[in-house]
Amino acid sequence: MATTETPGPARPAEPSGGVHAPGRAAIAARHLRTDRWWLAPAVTATVLTVFVVYSTWRAFANADYYAAPYISPYYSPCIATDCVNMRGGADLQIFGPWWGLSPALLVLIFPLGFRLTCYYYRKAYYRGFWAAPPACAVAEPHGKYTGETRFPLILQNVHRYFFYFALVFAVILTYDAALGFRDAAGHWGHMGLGTVVLLVNVALIWVYTLSCHSCRHIIGGRLKNFSKHPVRYRMWGWVGRLTAHHMALAWGSLVMVAVADLYVYLVASGAFADPTFF
Amino acid sequence: MSAAPAPKAADGSAAYIGRFKVWRGDADGGELKDFEVEVNEGEVVLDIIHRLQATQAHDLAVRWNCKAGKCGSCSAEINGQPRLMCMTRMSVFAPDETVTVTPMRAFPVVRDLVTDVSFNYTKAREIPSFVPPPGVGLGEYRMRQEDVGRSQEFRKCIECFLCQNTCHVVRDHEENKAAFAGPRFLMRIAELDMHPLDAAEEAGLDRKSAAQDEHGLGYCNITKCCTEVCPENIKITDNALIPLKERAVDRKYDPLVWLGNRIRRR
Repeated sequence: MATTETPGPARPAEPSGGVHAPGRAAIAARHLRTDRWWLAPAVTATVLTVFVVYSTWRAFANADYYAAPYISPYYSPCIATDCVNMRGGADLQIFGPWWGLSPALLVLIFPLGFRLTCYYYRKAYYRGFWAAPPACAVAEPHGKYTGETRFPLILQNVHRYFFYFALVFAVILTYDAALGFRDAAGHWGHMGLGTVVLLVNVALIWVYTLSCHSCRHIIGGRLKNFSKHPVRYRMWGWVGRLTAHHMALAWGSLVMVAVADLYVYLVASGAFADPTFF
Repeated sequence: MSAAPAPKAADGSAAYIGRFKVWRGDADGGELKDFEVEVNEGEVVLDIIHRLQATQAHDLAVRWNCKAGKCGSCSAEINGQPRLMCMTRMSVFAPDETVTVTPMRAFPVVRDLVTDVSFNYTKAREIPSFVPPPGVGLGEYRMRQEDVGRSQEFRKCIECFLCQNTCHVVRDHEENKAAFAGPRFLMRIAELDMHPLDAAEEAGLDRKSAAQDEHGLGYCNITKCCTEVCPENIKITDNALIPLKERAVDRKYDPLVWLGNRIRRR
């Protein structure tokens, strides 16, 4: 957490011990929970670490991200001239040959930013990595806490802008999934296991994106009188039903996007032959 | 927890003798005291505390009232979890498990299981109340159900203050109490800001900005403990705190919304 300076309105006093503050019940233990409260933050931190390590490797690899007709979601859209030639794919060649790094680095900042500022993932990594708090009623180890009141964590408020970008990426990945119905030569009427993988991936990306709390707010949450906006009220209700499952959708889409990339990697590297249905 | 089997009650029924640790003391100090108390089928923790009070610790201080989960008086921490004693069934514990009961640990203790929750009333007074709409008299308020549905969820609050107690912003940082209203009162701001007849804006009161600037909304890092402990199952984080954060973003951090509002006003 950020720990510099104190906020404007009401200036807090110096830290004085949290659950051990004067006047509170004199209990030496930081917590008295007897359940396995540590399990959820430990699993969260482990899975997120595995995902970050895998994704970093794949983002920098700059290889084996296209196995016609499938493109890895980590490399789409591919906006550098050194991208491999993708027949009809989202290959925009905006960055010239001067860009010597992996093209994935140019686009991953957007989905990464969307997930980093997501209201669910914030809970997950504040608990799992920062231990702020590690679990409910388990004292955190920090001497001071300012939350999201100042830089850098005040930047979490840009989440809605990443949501807008996430919508664009969802459309592009939908296009990629549709291209999965063509064969390697570009003829329509193909379907392989890779097509299914990309379809499931993009479906999860869509429901995760639409279940976003910022989406719920933009759709209708910001209204004061729903009765004057019946269509937005109905859509707000639908999004709200998705939002209730935001955590599950966040994990599902996170795992699936890595699985989709891994599948393309295995096929592109020749380690696995894509089973064709028709 | 103890591995030794719990002793049976003397009359041979399904009742057993449960082991308890109950915090006894006051602001000057105290400790967890061991007790063995009879536990009968269907009882809740508050029943045990009452039996303990009646049979072994006559001066044990405990605040309670309705014994039905509606008054919000018997908030405490049971095995470290903030809960209502009257809504915590003894059947959720194994008979050989030692159950620990302490007062809420975010507030000053008065005696034994009773805490001084006046912090919450101070914060309640800091929230500007409902602003009546101009030109509409009492008894003339008319609202559609879809417009009040959101606020009604927050009206289920029984003010047990378990959410305030478990929120790490003040529980782990006494120094933040001055700046942070806590989830219960941020939810109150959300309730009023969503109220279809609240005329705060017309009266020059911006609840959205005030939530961020004066009531410490930015301290909330949405780790959802308030929602986890709420005995009324109010979705405090999803339905009050996050929407309020989004409304504050509209006011303070989103240039497009700011621009749109300026254009619309002209």
